[in-house]
Amino acid sequence: MLSRTADNLFWLARYMERAETAARLLEVGARIAMLPNSEQGYRNEWEALLHAGGTADAFKAKYGDPVQRNIESHLFFDHENPSSVASCIVAARENGRIVRTALTTQVWDALNTAFQELRQIEREARSEQSLSRLTEWTRRHCAQVRGAIETTLLRNDGWDFLNIGYYLERADSTARLLDVKYYVLLPSVGFIGSGLDNYQWRTLLRAMSLNRAFHWAYGGEVTAAKIAHFLILNPQTPRGLITCVEELNKHLDRLARAYRRSTPAQTAARNMLARISETNTEIIFDEGLHEFLTRFIGEAGDLALKVHESYLSGDTR
Amino acid sequence: MTAYFNEMVNQGTVRLPYAQLQNWVDQMPADLRNLKQAEAEALFRRIGITFAVYGEGGDPDRLIPFDMFPRVFSGQEWSRLERGIKQRARALNAFLADVYDRGEIVRAGRIPAKLVYLNEAYEKAVAGIRPPKGVYSHIVGIDLVRTGPDDFFVLEDNCRTPSGVSYMLENREIMMRMFPDLFVENRIQPVEAYPELLRRTLASVAPLRCPDEPNVVILTPGHFNSAYYEHSFLADMMGVELVEGQDLFVEGDYVWMRTTEGPRRVDVIYRRLDDAFLDPLCFRPDSMLGVPGLMDVYRSGGVSICSAPGAGVADDKAVYTFVPEMVRFYLGEEPILQNVPTWQCAKDDECKYVLENLGDLVIKEVHGSGGYGMLVGPKSTKEQIEVFRHKIIEDPDNYIAQPTLALSTVPSFVEEGVAPRHVDLRPYCLVGERIELVPGGLTRVALREGSLVVNSSQGGGVKDTWVLAE
Repeated sequence: MLSRTADNLFWLARYMERAETAARLLEVGARIAMLPNSEQGYRNEWEALLHAGGTADAFKAKYGDPVQRNIESHLFFDHENPSSVASCIVAARENGRIVRTALTTQVWDALNTAFQELRQIEREARSEQSLSRLTEWTRRHCAQVRGAIETTLLRNDGWDFLNIGYYLERADSTARLLDVKYYVLLPSVGFIGSGLDNYQWRTLLRAMSLNRAFHWAYGGEVTAAKIAHFLILNPQTPRGLITCVEELNKHLDRLARAYRRSTPAQTAARNMLARISETNTEIIFDEGLHEFLTRFIGEAGDLALKVHESYLSGDTR
Repeated sequence: MTAYFNEMVNQGTVRLPYAQLQNWVDQMPADLRNLKQAEAEALFRRIGITFAVYGEGGDPDRLIPFDMFPRVFSGQEWSRLERGIKQRARALNAFLADVYDRGEIVRAGRIPAKLVYLNEAYEKAVAGIRPPKGVYSHIVGIDLVRTGPDDFFVLEDNCRTPSGVSYMLENREIMMRMFPDLFVENRIQPVEAYPELLRRTLASVAPLRCPDEPNVVILTPGHFNSAYYEHSFLADMMGVELVEGQDLFVEGDYVWMRTTEGPRRVDVIYRRLDDAFLDPLCFRPDSMLGVPGLMDVYRSGGVSICSAPGAGVADDKAVYTFVPEMVRFYLGEEPILQNVPTWQCAKDDECKYVLENLGDLVIKEVHGSGGYGMLVGPKSTKEQIEVFRHKIIEDPDNYIAQPTLALSTVPSFVEEGVAPRHVDLRPYCLVGERIELVPGGLTRVALREGSLVVNSSQGGGVKDTWVLAE
């Protein structure tokens, strides 16, 4: 496969995953905006979620107040925000258009339909669009593209590059959300275990559509240790870090077998998996959750770089 | 008022190839028609076929209007066209092989040396090189117009990279999806073999040095190009890689493409960009689209380029006049398809005639294309005519003139219902080890009432083109 094609597939997947993240943030942001904002911390919370997407400063500069309309504009419509749903869908579709030959009709159709409908939504009056419709719309189209990839695409190297894109983006987004919660959100360590703390954890779970799943898996009180286990170490969690790392290993191993050649990317992924498999929540909290996550985000970035150098740059010899 | 030949209804009776269509259109209620038209447009948009017009801005994802009323040829009509098209494609290739070799046709005085060797499209860089199988133009698009039941004229030849074949294929797919009954009632010859034939044609001209199954690629200027859809569509249908210049590099005696598994040798390049952009070391040094060193590999026989660099000298509008002469000279046959009578402003007496009759003629730039830079005398204002008079006096070599042809019409769906609109035809002839022509082509239709300009850049549309089985 052409390196450029692999690169386009990788980014197609990253953008679709990023669109979904934006829609989740939108939902959470809206919930927060509906709460009385006199209480300490709620606004912080909203800003913290923007920090997770890396767009808090841009939001503040352009919109100021986190009221619903501004949130929608920023996270859904704004083409100047590279992480907005609109930006991500356009970018994913453009990447898809370039590599039409590597996609099935169904995958292209799903991508292109999302794009065409997005333009339709952009033409409609804003007053006609409820927020729940926008987030539901985004999640539906993300699921359709993902579904078309899983059900119609050949399980060849292109499929692996798509999945590597998906899981790298997802690992990064989960780690950042978790990190922001713990490091930025809480006014002081004294709040851990307080009512505010628990409310924020639930918001975080909601941001990842994992609120109910958490209660099914753990039950009882929401505690930091349980959540950390759930989001980092539990291989059942679809957006969990270990799940992402396992999937990254699986797809990189498939590539190594198909190409009969191992690269630094496989080594890096294996090391990540070894570290995360051998740890537990106590070790993580001893080290400090923030320190652990910072290291993880760095490792994921390093892995992305190695994937780029080994496969996507075209300098492979 | 000239009487136009209507391909469906001639002298009050419906011509045989269109017999079934008469019932079809009679029985179609207007609301169904609108529904189908909307359905067709949605299909095109979903598939992603769009066409960006150079220099016009606006919606980059604009659709070329698709007219659902098909254009039909009988098997008999087609077999004559087919012979004529193949004959012309053979002659054009023989001409190219000759002018980059000994130039016998020039030595014999059958075409002026100046017209060939001083032509902008003549590539001195490839003189003396014989491409595999001696083929220069592997896809020949021949634009035809019709003026009567048996009267076909060649409007121009396209020997470089004629575009539009994806429309021929997609128009058919969409018609089959929307009107399956029509395909049961009529015995319509399929066109779907085209991509496979194209791949075989390209593989058949692989370099002699190529040791195994040749690696064929399509080279596109990139996804911002207005024909990008077609490039990716063809690559997909043929099962070959679609590459950009940045994906290729030259090392040793070969061209390679960058893949996730390391470099892979490239044997045949179907290029969809102009000569000037192919290799910055040989042609335009500022080109970012091409591959540095490509021409060196080409010259040494390490890679085939389709169409061969320099093929454009055969489809120049001034050289066009001599194509019938090429048929006689190289093939010893009489041309089956006629040229449109053409006056060359480069010749003093012909230029004088042109200037005296500007109001009745069509004036074209020799190197122009896409319907730009032309004057349709009878449809122009006095001012427009005077502008062209000055242009011609200034630079006569740059212009030719042709009579305004009474282009045939085919019924088309328009606002008011069904009305005749002018059409032309572009079939795509494949030349490799063998010469192949799928039964069909791209029919372009001037959807504006009375308009004779069918170019998609000038508001033209497209139709499905049927050739019936005998």
